[in-house]
Amino acid sequence: MKTALKFWPDSASSVSGQVNFFFVLMVVLCTSIAVAIAFFLIYSTLRYHRKHDNEMGRPTRYRIPVEVAWTVIPFFFFMGMFAWGSKLYFDIERPPDNAIKMYAIGQQWMWELQHPEGPREINELHIPVGRPVQLSLISQDVIHSFFVPAFRTKQDVLPGRYTTTWFKATVPGKYHLFCAEYCGAKHSGMIGWIYAMDPQDYQRWLTEGAAEGSFSSQGEKFFHQFGCANCHHFERQGRAPYLKDLYGRRVEIEGGQTVVADENYIRESILNPNAKIVYGFQPNVMPNFTGQLTEDQVLALISYVKALGPEPGSQQPSSSGTAPKEYGQEKGIAGPGATSISGSHPQER
Amino acid sequence: MIEEATEQSVRETYLNKEQGILSWLLTTDHKRIGILYTISITFFFFLGGFFALLMRLELIDPRNWLVSAETYNKLFTMHGIIMVWFFLIPSIPNTLGNFVLPMALGAKDLAFPKLNLASWYVFMLGAAVTIFALFRGGVDTGWTFYTPFSTTYSTTYVTAATVGVFINGFSSIMTGLNFIATVHRMRAPGLTWYKLPIFVWSHYATSIIFVLATPVLATTLLMVAVERIFQVGIFDPRLGGDPVLFQHMFWFYSHPAVYIMVLPAMAVVSEIIPAFSRKPLFGYKAVAYSSIAIATIGFLVWGHHMFVAGISAYSAMSFSILSYFVAVPSAIKVFNWTATVYRGAVSWDTPMLYAIGFVGLFTIGGMTGLFLAALGLDVHLTDTYFVIAHFHYIMVGGTVMAYLGGVHYWWPKISGKLYPEGLARLSAVTIFLGFNLTFFPQFVLGYLGMPRRYAAYPEEFQFLNILSTAGASILGVGYVMPLFYLLWSWKYGKEAGPNPWRATGLEWQTSSPPPKHNFEETPIITTSLPYPYEEMKEELGLVQTR
Repeated sequence: MKTALKFWPDSASSVSGQVNFFFVLMVVLCTSIAVAIAFFLIYSTLRYHRKHDNEMGRPTRYRIPVEVAWTVIPFFFFMGMFAWGSKLYFDIERPPDNAIKMYAIGQQWMWELQHPEGPREINELHIPVGRPVQLSLISQDVIHSFFVPAFRTKQDVLPGRYTTTWFKATVPGKYHLFCAEYCGAKHSGMIGWIYAMDPQDYQRWLTEGAAEGSFSSQGEKFFHQFGCANCHHFERQGRAPYLKDLYGRRVEIEGGQTVVADENYIRESILNPNAKIVYGFQPNVMPNFTGQLTEDQVLALISYVKALGPEPGSQQPSSSGTAPKEYGQEKGIAGPGATSISGSHPQER
Repeated sequence: MIEEATEQSVRETYLNKEQGILSWLLTTDHKRIGILYTISITFFFFLGGFFALLMRLELIDPRNWLVSAETYNKLFTMHGIIMVWFFLIPSIPNTLGNFVLPMALGAKDLAFPKLNLASWYVFMLGAAVTIFALFRGGVDTGWTFYTPFSTTYSTTYVTAATVGVFINGFSSIMTGLNFIATVHRMRAPGLTWYKLPIFVWSHYATSIIFVLATPVLATTLLMVAVERIFQVGIFDPRLGGDPVLFQHMFWFYSHPAVYIMVLPAMAVVSEIIPAFSRKPLFGYKAVAYSSIAIATIGFLVWGHHMFVAGISAYSAMSFSILSYFVAVPSAIKVFNWTATVYRGAVSWDTPMLYAIGFVGLFTIGGMTGLFLAALGLDVHLTDTYFVIAHFHYIMVGGTVMAYLGGVHYWWPKISGKLYPEGLARLSAVTIFLGFNLTFFPQFVLGYLGMPRRYAAYPEEFQFLNILSTAGASILGVGYVMPLFYLLWSWKYGKEAGPNPWRATGLEWQTSSPPPKHNFEETPIITTSLPYPYEEMKEELGLVQTR
């Protein structure tokens, strides 16, 4: 493959322009100040260069206002950078409501990417241009990081907990996907490609690849295969909590707390059911699935639970992306990076 | 005639008072211990530098052409561990700090001379364990030991390396305690806090971090070892732990550790700039308190290493704003140094070249830190070469430049000899140019998106990598030069005399090399200000010509 010399990255997402603008602004501002300091410093060493070996410098009178000025002025500049950077961060991190939900599993040393419609890809991800895509990320082993330079997004991929990233591609093309968190021997080989396609091409690509049925229907198969359906049947009085319309809802648990049923909650309830017992149910009824399921099986089950809308057979979960915030705050760990940002709004640019 | 010459040459100094290898290995003289440390860290600097050289050679080509990916991972890990804990952290405090601090206070020695010697032995023990891990096959976790990779997945000598670093931490704590006690208790009569050189203030701030932060590192590494050996779930989610907890604990030490590395550098530069401008440091109190401010606020910014690690948006914002707060005292220092040069009687002697180089490179390093503290930019830039370039501007462009500047500045005091000025200037310029050629292209690579710790990379990054490697080879030559001419001057250099720079520090008021107990009689400070050029001008033989 022949590649030209590159000094500037591709800019192919809805946020990349904003990042570029802020970056260039920072470069211009910092360069001007650095050049001014360097000029003054070098000018002083030349202008006041020692002419005799016994020459002494002239003491400069200390002026408090000068000291205050070069403390306060940079401070205000810094606060401006802080505010701008934070605003940009929220734009980069907060997924819009209408995003296509996909899943990514990182493992030493490959990316497994799952479309809701069914197709699964290794080290490649096809996405449509112009539609936001939201990825729930999890690692099978160590920490990885999902980095697409052309989109200016990066999110660490943790074992044991879902994190989220999203992007809206704006320019069709082929872009690098890198693992940005050192993950062992073949870290530098854990790379792939994102293919941003015209929506029609993407639809064609999807229909060609969708052989196994949608991801949630795969989840439904596991739901029966692992015996979940024996207890979690869809009548109100079961031995196990009712799962329809569960996703995104507030659940009261034993001990008086409530949690929001987001992806991390459902994952925990599958793998370690006794961690949080729904109010009115008994502990030690459901077997522990830790080590019994692979990460993609867990994700398929979650996708199935999400698809269990209020009406039987409904494929669209009710408004996703709502509320899980409280769960995150309670744990003190989740954030826009975790699956749990609330109050998101569509971002149209 | 002959008698006179003999009389002169037998003047008792700390170097000739006692002789033989044991007199060095069992010495409690802070100056000799400073030299022991200098020898040790010089070895580690070149060892870590050798690993860096191999990495830069590997990165000439996008493929793995020189070493395997596994070996490359071990190279950057050992480069980081050795450079951070066995060179940068002890670099200035344990060498120049050890040598100069008691003299700058007018003291005979540090408060606890035996503890000082013990710290060197502990340091060497930690180093021996780390070198053992290296020779048994190395470690591949990165110097950051991120979990659960380090606790569960790595098959290399992680435990040995963490034990080595754990032991090393105790030498830091001993040095910190010793400096704090010394500054409080051993100041010469009349030497009040506001007459102390910034060298002392900054080392005092550093010592606070040594004492408060290092125990956290020790606990964290201990937990890594415990989880690795006994499978106790602390960090690995499979065992019920939280991998991000490790990052919080690790950076709670390792961010303040950055200030352990850079505050002493600021200490050195704050001595060199007044000395070669022949005027008092501008804004003395502002510079002194900014050291304390850096040490304090520096404890509150660790989360800025974790903006994409899954921390909440609001904690990310808190760490971002606190990171901007800590930039303010650094900016204050840069402005005050610059103002000190203004209207001075400036020379371009080697230490001053290094100090000016330091101000420039530290400014670039600090300003690129402003990029990384901005949340929206950090998402793209973190874990790329932009970060590598940024912290090398601080640690190599900052700390190493200041260290070399300090070595040249105090060399006449340490050895009693002058180094060859021409060669020294040549090496300073070589280092400055080589450094920029090595690390500036890495900023561009970072914005392009090249991730750090990649043994192989896509072809479009090759050109900038070649530039960087070319710079590194120039830098390497620059670093080897002082090693030779300084050793040469130790034997063949011209006699320096007590105060070749006509500087005001107390260390310059005793002979070079100093006697074993530093001063023939305890100095009594009668001047009213720090850097008292005006009050001492007759003593120093200086005149106001402008």
